[in-house]
Formats: sequence, C-alpha cells, structure tokens
Amino acid sequence: MSEQQITGAQSLVKSLEAAGTETIFGYPGGAILPAYDPLMDSTIRHILVRHEQGAGHAAEGYASATGRVGVCMATSGPGATNLVTPIADAYMDSVPMVAITGQVPASLIGTDAFQEADIRGITMPITKHNFLVTDAAEIPQRIAEAFHLASTGRPGPVLVDVAKNALQAMTTFRWPTELQLPGYRPVTKPHAKQIREAARLMLASKKPVLYVGGGTIRSGAHRELRKLAELTGIPVVTTLMARGAFPDSHPQHLGMPGMHGTVSAVAALQKSDLMISLGARFDDRVTGDLKTFAPNAAVIHADIDPAEIGKNRYADVPIVGDIREVLVDLIAVLEAEQAAGRVGDYEAWVAFCAGIKKQYPLGYDAPTDSGLAPQYVIERLGKIAGPEAIYAAGVGQHQMWAAQFIGYEHPNTWLNSGGAGTMGYSVPAAMGAKVGRPDATVWSIDGDGCFQMTNQELATCAIENIPIKVALINNDNLGMVRQWQTLFYEQRYSNTDLQKHGGGTGAVKRIPDFPKLAEAYGCVGLSCESAEDVDSVIEKAMSINDAPVVVDFRVHKDAMVWPMIAGGASNDEIQYARDLAPKFDEDDL
Amino acid sequence: MSTDGKHTLSVLVENKPGVLARIAALFSRRSFNIESLAVGPTEHAEISRMTIVVNVQETPLEQVTKQLNKLVEVIKIVELEYDASVQRELLLVKVNATTETRGQVLEAVQLFRAKVVDVATDAVTIQVIGNAGKLSDFLRVIEPFGIRELVQSGMVAIGRGPRSISERSLRPVVTPAPPAVG
Repeated sequence: MSEQQITGAQSLVKSLEAAGTETIFGYPGGAILPAYDPLMDSTIRHILVRHEQGAGHAAEGYASATGRVGVCMATSGPGATNLVTPIADAYMDSVPMVAITGQVPASLIGTDAFQEADIRGITMPITKHNFLVTDAAEIPQRIAEAFHLASTGRPGPVLVDVAKNALQAMTTFRWPTELQLPGYRPVTKPHAKQIREAARLMLASKKPVLYVGGGTIRSGAHRELRKLAELTGIPVVTTLMARGAFPDSHPQHLGMPGMHGTVSAVAALQKSDLMISLGARFDDRVTGDLKTFAPNAAVIHADIDPAEIGKNRYADVPIVGDIREVLVDLIAVLEAEQAAGRVGDYEAWVAFCAGIKKQYPLGYDAPTDSGLAPQYVIERLGKIAGPEAIYAAGVGQHQMWAAQFIGYEHPNTWLNSGGAGTMGYSVPAAMGAKVGRPDATVWSIDGDGCFQMTNQELATCAIENIPIKVALINNDNLGMVRQWQTLFYEQRYSNTDLQKHGGGTGAVKRIPDFPKLAEAYGCVGLSCESAEDVDSVIEKAMSINDAPVVVDFRVHKDAMVWPMIAGGASNDEIQYARDLAPKFDEDDL
Repeated sequence: MSTDGKHTLSVLVENKPGVLARIAALFSRRSFNIESLAVGPTEHAEISRMTIVVNVQETPLEQVTKQLNKLVEVIKIVELEYDASVQRELLLVKVNATTETRGQVLEAVQLFRAKVVDVATDAVTIQVIGNAGKLSDFLRVIEPFGIRELVQSGMVAIGRGPRSISERSLRPVVTPAPPAVG
C-alpha cells in the first residue's frame, strides 16, 4: 500500500523523464542543487552550459529543430534572471520550452534572501504560463501541466519555479492522469462555416496570395501547405519565421515579405485582393505602415491563437484552429469544388507575380575593392552545405542574408530569433539543434557582434562533443546598425565599429583574433578573406566532424541588405537597391 | 454606460495566488485602461470573480477579452450590459456635520437611502451603495458640507434574471495527462 518515499528532487527528475525529456541544458547553483543529485543517475542527458542564457537558447534551438519541447534548468536569483532573455525570445517566436528554476526555500520567499528573485513575477508577461511550487507533492502534476501547456495550442515557454524545501522534502511520485487546467481549452478544429467562407473567397478572388507564417512550421503543416498551393496555383510568400515551410525552389514561391523581403513577395501582398494568412501575425516588420499594407486585400486569417486574429488587421474571415487542420479542411472543400468544376482563375495574377519575380531577383553588388561580399559567403554556404543542413542565425545583416540567400527546402532547418531579435541566439541555438538532430550538419551563421555575446558555449560544444560549425560573418562592425547610420544618420557611425573606440586610432590587430579564440575553446579555427577561398574553406569545415569549427569570414563592411523598406514606411516604398524603386504598376496586370 | 467606452467584464478565475498580479500586469503591458477592479470569492471555493470596468473602444475590447482569455487561470469572461445587469459600488465618506449642518446632512442621507455608520462630535461617516451615477450625485450634494475623507470600492455587477454565468462554465474540464514516457 505504501508508496516509495523519495525526495522532491527525485520526483522532479522522474517527472521530467515521464514527460519525455531526453536532454536538459542547465547550470547548477544553491537552490536547484538538490535536483542535480538525482540527475546524475537519470537517463536524461544534462548539458552543462557556460551561461544560463546559453541554456535557454539551446533549449530553443533543440525545440525548433526537432519540434519537441526544449528543457533548460537554472538556479534561483541570477541563474533564473539569466534565462529571461531566452524565455522572452521563445515567447515571441512560440517555441515550446519548459524552464525549471530553483527557488529559495518557501520560508525565505519574500525576505530578500540570498539569490532570491521573484522569477515567477518577472516572467509573467513573457511566459505562456508559470508556476511556483512549494509543496513536493505537487511536482509531477505541475511538470505534466507545464509540458502540456508548452507543446499544445500556440506553443510557448512555461516556467516552473521550485522552492528548495519542496526539492528536499520527502514525497511520493505518481504521474497524474488528469491535468488541472480548467481555463485552458485551445481550439484546434476550425469552424466548418468559416472554412466554406474562406473557400468561397478564394474561388472568387482574382489576385490571392498565401501569406505563410511561423505557425505553419510549428503545426507541422508544410505538406498540407504544399498540397493547397499546388491544388490552387496561388502564389506563396513565407515570412522570416516560415522560411522552409514551402520549398524555395518551388516556382510558386515568391520569397520572404517584409522590411528586407523580395520585391515579388512585397508586391504580391500589396497588389493582392485576398490574403490567406496561415499562422502569421501581421508583424510590423512584415506590414510596414499598417494603413497602406495590402490596401485592397480581403483577409482570411487562420491562427491557433484567437488574439492574433484582428489584432493588427481586420480579418474578413477569421479562422481559429491549428494550421494543419485548417489546411486539411480547406483542401477537402476546394477539392470538392474542383470536382464540381469550380476553380479560381488566377492566370493573369500568377503571370504578373512571376514577371516581378523574374524582373527583380534577389541579388547584391560585388564590393568595389577586393573585399569579400558577405552575401557571397552565405550563398556559397547554402549551396555547399545544402538544404538538408540546419542553419541558425544571429540577428542583423547576416540574419537577413541568411534568410535570403540560403535555399530552404524543409521546415525546421532555419532557426532564428524573429520576434525578439536577440543577438547571441545563434551559437547556443545551433548547439541545441545539433543535440536534437545529431545526424544533421548544423551551421551557425553569426555576426561578429552577436558572436561575442554567447560564444562561450563553444566550450560546451567542444567538451560535450557537439560539433557545430560557425560561419562568422565578420565585418568588424555592428552591420545592421551601421546600415541604418549610413541611410538615416548621415553616415555618422556612432559606436558601431567594434575595432575602434572613442576617436582613437583603432587597434593595430583585430580584437579578438577569432580563429585563436576558437582554438582556445577547443574548436578548429579557420579564416577566409577572399572569394577564391570561400568554397575550399567551407569544404574543409564540412570535412571536420570531430570538433566544432569556427570560420572567420572577413567580409567588407559596407555591404547593405536590399531590398529594404524603411521602418514605419509603406510597403509601396520598397527599394530594390539604394534609391532604386521597383515599378510594379497595375497596368502590368 | 457603454456609450463612453466603458465596459463591465465579469471574469471568473481560478482562486490561486498571483492571479490578480497576472491580470493587472496584462492590462498594464497591453496599455489597456482599468477604470475599476473588484475581486472576491464566489459560490465555488476554487473560483474567484473579478468585475473589471475597462475604458476602451470596441476593437480593443475584443483584444482585452482575447488576451484575458489566454491567461491559463482565466476560466470565463462575460461582458455585462448596463441594462441587463445590476451594478453596485460602495462609498464610505466622512463629512463635516456641525450642530448647524447636521440636519441637512442627515436629510441628504435619507434622500439617497444612505446610512450613517459612525458619528463623532463634528463629523459623520456615511455609507452609500449604488451605481456610479447615484454615488456621484450623492457626492455632489454632500460636498458643500466639507468632505474629510472618502473611500470607494470597485464596482461589482451581476446579470439580471435567473441565469448564472458560473453554472455551465464550472463543469469540470477533464484534460487527460499525456502518458508517462518509459
């Protein structure tokens, strides 16, 4: 009758195992210490990071590459607050993640105890939900709920803060059969009436476009998306978060919309008469000035989160549901219509979009001096590493080029910090992705600014045998900020040159020496300064699989990301290159 | 009441620590204005009820309710229309009442069916219960005598008629836990 007495810490580890955790990225400390003891005997692989932020982004990378819940762990106080950035990042990009933090004993909560921080209060606005557990008996229930919340509905981060006394107390372990979440009822099945209405609009439309967002990837709906696209012939745009949801090689794909989107994707949205939004949220980086965004388009907005529908743009047909289920139902209705001889007539529109795509392809200017073009490096990397590899970018110019110039063919192969724009995401996210997908080649594409925020995780990679590859797009500058200074601040480069400070003459040698830094961390450090060497150095990096590799690509600093729509401007004001506005008149239609 | 952008929301929430903080933080973060907020227990021990008066236009109201609904501990939200509900606030006000004015003050108390709940030599404390209009009318009448101190509750409201907003929503929702792995 009597169940075996175990500690709360053992119960926590058993609960994490029961929830299917294979890997935890974490860092121990006083309050979480009891949990680390049973972790030694667990089947769970714990990866000791060098900074809790690295643990959080690694959990994100793991989750984004595998679709499973990523798990990170930290102690109370500063350990927990170091997780705040990745938690906020996961919240913005709907990444399924569970963060476990230690908390000071319940009797000390509220006394400003050593390493006490109200992490539940701090993370309330950046988690899907969070719990404070002070009673050991509650641990399995809360862990089960945390994993359920993180992975169902609109995915997101859930934090479970466990007081040290709960970890130390004796308890029994019983995995719950029921969850106590009376207020949590995500709608996944779309309303049939809305689906019929959507199909009706699609058939009546002359200029429809599929506006595909990250929700399509999170719901695993890429096959259904392709089926719908090919069934109808409607052109497709994929947002920054949705790169890989639809093959870049597909003739219907117009590329990425938004601030640095392709002219064809932006034009298709602007000129459309019907936008079919699938798991996208009308982010300001996509819409630009909302009043002039796709002014003639009716909107079908499908999302699992009802709060996204109508938030920024009125939806003519709101559809609440999981994107995969939405697509399955929509395909069924449209197939029935097709069988009855009713199909949309998009011929002129498809030709118009294809024309713009042909007229304004993505491209870049070769540098005027002998410098190395960053776009070329990224383009070659995409070609050599191929679409089966996983790419994790930092934030800035290199991120945009990586979104533009690598051809994505599969979902979950493009990882980046889209909503939060977190510099430092790349290296730890690549590490997490490699742990989750050990057979895949994982490239971190990082800038020299971003890289210096989290490169300590290279030590983790080297020691834990996680052979990621880092393409460092090193222009000695904070490139994207510098680009804005070039365009909007009269080329006054305030604090964006990482090699030169405060009117000084600048360092004689570049600091740090990245290949040496890589070597110091137990990685292979390579460098490349000229276009002729790009292929061979990438191939060399590809051939090394027993250690992480860092390639320092020394690129020229004046490259800019084009096309571009200035912040807050109308999408109609897209510039193909500096001071070069594309023409896509209605007359062409 | 809804003519000037005010809406009364009845929000049923799990009676758990931190729920009020969560809701207050949500309003602050999303830049929604709370006019008044009252929290208390309900006929179910595990459920609390909040009456929130928000001052917004129609479209943001939809955002307010959708965002509130996303909070895991929020079980149900109902907008109470002014005409279809009973709304009450409680006012306690300490008013000067000298021998000359006391009679007039008490007359006002009677007119408004208010109640004197404490008496001192030169002041009385009056309790008034009513909707926002009645309370402000009363204050306008009493103000000339000199208000020493005033405290007011948030509004509580309940729908008219026999129906209960809680009976249907409080059926237990059974979410099976995912089976343990391994």
